[in-house]
Amino acid sequence: MLNYFQQLGVTSLGIFERLGRSSLFFVNILLSIPGVIVRPRLLIAQIYSVGVLSFSLILISGLFVGMVIALQGFYTLSDFGAEGMLGVMVAASLVRELGPVVSALLFAGRAGSALTAEIGLMKTTEQLSGMEMMAVDPIARIVTPRFLAGLISMPLLATVFSAIGILGGYFIGVGLLGIDEGGYWSQMQAKIDFNQDIINGLIKSVIFGWLVTWIAVFEGYDAIPTSEGVSRATTRTVVHSAFVILLVDFILTALMFGDI
Amino acid sequence: MHISRSIEILVGFFVAIGFVAMFFLSMEVSNLSSANGDEGYDVTARFENVGSLKARAPVAMAGVTVGRITSIKLDPDSFEAIVTMNIEAQYDKLPFDTNASILTAGLLGEQYVGLEPGGEEEVLMEGSELELTQSALVLEQIIGQFLFNNESE
Repeated sequence: MLNYFQQLGVTSLGIFERLGRSSLFFVNILLSIPGVIVRPRLLIAQIYSVGVLSFSLILISGLFVGMVIALQGFYTLSDFGAEGMLGVMVAASLVRELGPVVSALLFAGRAGSALTAEIGLMKTTEQLSGMEMMAVDPIARIVTPRFLAGLISMPLLATVFSAIGILGGYFIGVGLLGIDEGGYWSQMQAKIDFNQDIINGLIKSVIFGWLVTWIAVFEGYDAIPTSEGVSRATTRTVVHSAFVILLVDFILTALMFGDI
Repeated sequence: MHISRSIEILVGFFVAIGFVAMFFLSMEVSNLSSANGDEGYDVTARFENVGSLKARAPVAMAGVTVGRITSIKLDPDSFEAIVTMNIEAQYDKLPFDTNASILTAGLLGEQYVGLEPGGEEEVLMEGSELELTQSALVLEQIIGQFLFNNESE
């Protein structure tokens, strides 16, 4: 019985320890940002591996998500004779929720896991301590460029996801199901507000990009330097990211759209 | 670390496509292209009952959207609803005795304010009040009246 309580204490202390360590780690990242900005080539290389390589995945997923919403929405809306609202339904669900959330989940699986595995393997093969020996700060050289690349790429990916999804919905709704083309766009323009919907969706995607890359680089940097440790850290990145994205999305939605 | 030129070009493409998508969302999907910011002028109207009229609902004349509702408040003295609407600046020749009524788009559609032009020479300006208004039709009240009338026959 006593062992049980002891275990509980050890586990919860461990959680706070990791939270504290990751916060301090984040402060270190912030402090090293000026050093990265004067060397933008590091950042460009990371935007390539984090953003450009995720691009095709985001493009195809966005297209199909938009097409599925249009198809499903059409059958429900046509019961009420409200097919004209299909564009609003596709655009609102993509711009407000699915664009930021689904692209962040895909981003965590595609780029977050790669970041953790890369940094974790660098730690395992002692490249990070080698850098410290040469008086090169591994956070400024390795971690911060990756963090900033994620922060920049995520809003761009989410925006592309929403845009291509709306085009996919257009293709299904207007092309296949025969909805009026003018109604698709004009209803959308009448109902989607720039400040309320598009800017809030963008804020969401910036926050998700921050959370996912923070988790990914921290898990990699904090990984136990064995092959098993890196594999566990990679799994944790994906699981924790998905959990945090969905939780924070609920909170943000309640804050942003709660009064509508 | 050497970065090849092609990677830089691809990153450039990626960022450019991101901005094109943002431009598409703002111009084609949202109301940014039709909303001209704070231009236009505000007029108010008093209604006995606004039904389920909401802020940001359209204000239409002859079926053409000419503005949007900016706020709906209750007058604490007369217990009437004060609806403030922003009319686009290009529609600056609306007669002073324009009549406002709350209409419903379709049977189940959302409610909007319909304007009917009057005949006066004087035009509406910032801060004008529309004198002639017609409240929203509340379906339950109409059904109630109908049943009551049938009962008494």
